Amino acid sequence: MSKIVTALTRIVLPALVIALLIAIWWIVVARSESPIFPTPWQVVTGVWELVKDGTIWDHIGASLFRVGVGFGLAFLVAIPLGLWMGWVSGAFYTLNPLFQMLRPISPIAWIPVAILWFGIGDLSPIFLIFISSVFPMIVQTTAGVRTIDRRYLRAAANFGVSRWVLFRRVVIPAVLPEIIVGMRIGIGVAWLVVVAAEMIALHSGLGYLIMDSRNAGNRYDLVIASMIIIGVIGLMLDGVTRLLERLKTVKWRYVR
Amino acid sequence: MSARKPDKKIVVDAIGKSFGALPVIDRVSLEVRDGEFVAIVGPSGCGKSTLLNIIAGFERPDRGTVRIDGAERAGPSPKGIMISQHGSVFPWLTVQENLMFGLNGASRRDKVALADRYTAMVGLKGFETAYPHELSGGMLKRVELARALVVKPEILYMDEPFSALDALMSLRMQTELRRILDEERHTVLLITHDVEEAINLADRVLVLSPRPATIQTVFDVNLPHPRKLSSPEAQGLREAILKELGL
Repeated sequence: MSKIVTALTRIVLPALVIALLIAIWWIVVARSESPIFPTPWQVVTGVWELVKDGTIWDHIGASLFRVGVGFGLAFLVAIPLGLWMGWVSGAFYTLNPLFQMLRPISPIAWIPVAILWFGIGDLSPIFLIFISSVFPMIVQTTAGVRTIDRRYLRAAANFGVSRWVLFRRVVIPAVLPEIIVGMRIGIGVAWLVVVAAEMIALHSGLGYLIMDSRNAGNRYDLVIASMIIIGVIGLMLDGVTRLLERLKTVKWRYVR
Repeated sequence: MSARKPDKKIVVDAIGKSFGALPVIDRVSLEVRDGEFVAIVGPSGCGKSTLLNIIAGFERPDRGTVRIDGAERAGPSPKGIMISQHGSVFPWLTVQENLMFGLNGASRRDKVALADRYTAMVGLKGFETAYPHELSGGMLKRVELARALVVKPEILYMDEPFSALDALMSLRMQTELRRILDEERHTVLLITHDVEEAINLADRVLVLSPRPATIQTVFDVNLPHPRKLSSPEAQGLREAILKELGL
């Protein structure tokens, strides 16, 4: 009984809402007889066109590559830096004000700077993704270290373990759930930003596809198609990151 | 062998501690013999935990000294393990990994064997690979106890160890602890607000005054184990201690 209810609320209801939205969209477009805005079916045929000539995979691949590199670099910088700032008060008080100031600056505001420094190749969006995802991950990791329950640190001190064991067996596992939250925020922002960055001036990527479709003869079916693809991939990226929450060593954080 | 005095395990000499302008401990002196079980009872908020934290080396006194085996205490050490009310079993490690945390030196196989022996000793055989969140409160306390015992500490510091458990489980854990202490002799310093627990377990009961804490009275508990709390001697002792606490 409860299984059926869960399936109903988890799958059937969300699907119904989406179906309803598509129906309204279809009716409104059909009635208004808009020459530009596509019906859902036109979007489907538009996607099919891109799948057939294979260009869609190139665009998705280009966007994912930029997110992968930019996010990867941000991860490599943010985690050690966050751990250090969380552990060493001096580092925290020195660097935290700077990062708190840089953090609220929209990545979009960095676009002119990125073009100036890195031109309009792959490096610009990679830089923008780096900038946008590095700060949330630093902040989460730092906060994670600073909020480790003191009783665990005391217990470790009581057993007289080395600093290395303390770090590897207590600090890292205690912060891991926080790091995963930071990664989820980071990857979300990264995906948001890559599309915006690609709209400026590039020749590949989903953001480029949106602008190019509009500029090349108002192909709004492809614009909408790209938007939906972006949404689906964003959902999948979050889903993949969430898989980390199932790690045995972080499960304690998500029960009770 | 050097000329150490084996009799006095812990010597606390006139320690005092204030938090800002608030005096918490006022000139407390006490001695604990090797292998003795001393319980400290006192009203809540009287500074019992602070006293134990100072003796265990987690906090520094403003005045006075703490000596363990004649050497001045300079911080926590595996020689004396603290078991506190809220517990500190690492939730990201399995029962076995928790027990192996403080073990060093020996080969991995020896560590596993030792950990498993103590897991069995506290009655958790079969739960070696379980994570703490899969265990009940009483089982967690057993893990905590086993993790402390496995490093063979000379002293156990217990800060209201069983107060988060229900009355029945608390009593069961007291019996377990007593059984283990018969197997391996440890010096134990127990902080509690449960007078019956103190009488049930300790060789000596110290009653603390309200803040700032001083030692008000000392009771010797000369009753053989296993003790019956319903015996006239135990009841008389209970009355006397409660009276000291103003009840």
